Amino acid sequence: MLTNKDLLGIKELSVEEINLILDTSAGFKDVLGRDIKKVPTLRGKTTVNLFFEPSTRTRTSFELAAKRLSTDVINFSVPTSSVVKGESLIDTALTVQALGADFIIIRHSSSGVPHLLAKKLRVSVINAGDGTNEHPTQALLDAFTIREKKGKIEGLEIAIVGDIAHSRVAKSNIYSLKKLGARLRLIGPPTLIPKEMEVMGIDIFHNMEDGLRDVDVLMMLRIQMERQGKGFFPSTEEYSRNWGLTLERLSLAKDEVIVMHPGPMNRGIEITSEIADGPRSVILEQVTNGLAVRMAVMYLLAGVKR
Amino acid sequence: MRILIKNGHIVDPSQKIDEVGDILIEDGKIKELMMQDAGYKMQDRKIKDHESDSRIIDAKGLYVLPGLVDMHVHLREPGFEYKETIKTGTMAAIKGGFTTVCCMPNTYPVNDNASVTEFIIRKAAQKGYCTVLPIGAITKGQKGKELAEIGTMINEGCIAFSDDGHPVMNSLIMRRALEYSKTFDVPVISHCEDLTLSEGGVMNEGLMSVTLGLGGIPAEAEQIMVFRDILLAELTGGRLHIAHVSTEGSVNLIRDAKKRGVNVTAETCPHYFSITEDAVKGFDSNAKVNPPLRTERDIKAIKEGLRDGAIDVIATDHAPHHRDEKLREFDMAPFGISGLETALSLSLRLLEEGILTMNQLVEKMVLNPSRILRLNKGAFKVGANADIAIVDINKEYRVESERFVSKGKNTPFEGWVLKGMCFLTICKGKVYEW
Repeated sequence: MLTNKDLLGIKELSVEEINLILDTSAGFKDVLGRDIKKVPTLRGKTTVNLFFEPSTRTRTSFELAAKRLSTDVINFSVPTSSVVKGESLIDTALTVQALGADFIIIRHSSSGVPHLLAKKLRVSVINAGDGTNEHPTQALLDAFTIREKKGKIEGLEIAIVGDIAHSRVAKSNIYSLKKLGARLRLIGPPTLIPKEMEVMGIDIFHNMEDGLRDVDVLMMLRIQMERQGKGFFPSTEEYSRNWGLTLERLSLAKDEVIVMHPGPMNRGIEITSEIADGPRSVILEQVTNGLAVRMAVMYLLAGVKR
Repeated sequence: MRILIKNGHIVDPSQKIDEVGDILIEDGKIKELMMQDAGYKMQDRKIKDHESDSRIIDAKGLYVLPGLVDMHVHLREPGFEYKETIKTGTMAAIKGGFTTVCCMPNTYPVNDNASVTEFIIRKAAQKGYCTVLPIGAITKGQKGKELAEIGTMINEGCIAFSDDGHPVMNSLIMRRALEYSKTFDVPVISHCEDLTLSEGGVMNEGLMSVTLGLGGIPAEAEQIMVFRDILLAELTGGRLHIAHVSTEGSVNLIRDAKKRGVNVTAETCPHYFSITEDAVKGFDSNAKVNPPLRTERDIKAIKEGLRDGAIDVIATDHAPHHRDEKLREFDMAPFGISGLETALSLSLRLLEEGILTMNQLVEKMVLNPSRILRLNKGAFKVGANADIAIVDINKEYRVESERFVSKGKNTPFEGWVLKGMCFLTICKGKVYEW
């Protein structure tokens, strides 16, 4: 059983809760492999996707997960909402709750927004990405994928490459993989890796080649074009030359290494197409697993005692 | 109207008074000061309780302090009356034991000209419960480009200058301000923040900001400007006062500068020696303040600075905001803590911790700000205005922002049990009890 009505971040979850979600996800993955992919589990419940930031894959994944569980789904995105009329965040959320939502899936560019809503609302709030804080379901689906491919997480050498500082995906993965006993390395330029991460017992590499040696799992992050020109690195070309994943660099990792990417990818910048489409890539499986994990999260939250 | 305060422990470091005695007040002025060890006996007093225009206040077991002086508050009027008014802000001051407050110029319009100064002074005379002394803007519109009419504002009643919250980034303008203000012997109060380094920051930079995914403001953003302004004060001989010191590095820079004889003074605020960045956990926007709450190490250094004199003043930086403004995305919520009604209690903790004596606390909260601003306040002298705070250092209470008289309920100390509070305040001849 989960203890909180909300999924705010991996920080807030215990190891047992993470494992419970992963185990439950395996069951839902079986469902998704069937001919009839829908279960009546949450029929009559209502899910509202409240997205204050553009998103295609996460929103679609949540929408489909909610539909597979037979909940009604409403997509509430900023340009069509009253937010543009100056309505406050809290009022928008209260309105959605008053319409009878049971789940609010929230994405927002400000860290902590899901936490604020969770405090003010009775409904289950699921964090679909808040600022540079967390993106818990991405980390859960990544852990699920690693566990599926490697049979375990404990003791694995896992490297995360790229813009750690601005990545909620990296943050959530760091918390989850550390809790699950993996050994973590972060690779990227010093401008994109907070030095404080070292205090958390994580190895930091600024040289890609050094960092890649003998890793079991490689997580590539999307390099956001808007960071260019802000002084984090001189150009995407230079970034790519130093920290882009090429076949040559990949050969430094273990032979059976798996390559992950949360998407959307910048092909030719942080990752080459040969790798993204190659045998070591599990990128599309991550997408499929995302559905199962999100179904598991909603299913478990629906069972939380109020 | 005559008031007799009997048997209180009177503290006035300016006259080295630290003993039990009585104070007789007549028509808002101190009429007589009688110390017990001078052989005086209570029954000798002429005042009688049944006299209709007189009152006896029994201050046995209580401290009788000169009314506190807060050299850094935001009263929000004119322009932001929904956050606070001169009336409500001064009422909060009185409740907190303050009888003089100095209000920052970031109103709307900005207090960068004599007519706004005159408005504030007039409004304070009509509606204010305590004395209000305005701080004018250093530059027109607090834009950091052109000096405001400092001399003219002084004539209307401004006692210091600051672009608080909008630091003067241009070093030449800051130099000119420090030079020009020498004419009038007024301090330039600097909110030290390198805006290029703090850009996008909403809390202290460190493990906590990384963990919460919130933009960080490094200690260096403050320290770079503290050092710049110290160098400019050294260059010009102008009077520099550093507002709300929050970091260990700033304390060290100020201490060193004082040793060199630089004309610099400094203040800190109760939140900078009471709570750390941990208060931001859970994204509590009531803990969002600028400069941000720092670390245990900084708290230790600030306490040491208060103890050894590197920091002269405890001010509140009372920054009231409307509830709806704080109840939003952490990034969007305004910076600031409503501080007038908790400042004394939080500062009294320094006595229990052995950091300050009551005498030193009175220096930090009355005499030093009065000296820096040339106010001539804080001494119990015959004929002086009876600005008095009677304090019960043993009274425990729970902080409940709903009971604040300030419109700003934004406090990170909600629910704290604090010991010591103002029992009664006398200001402008009136007695206020809570």
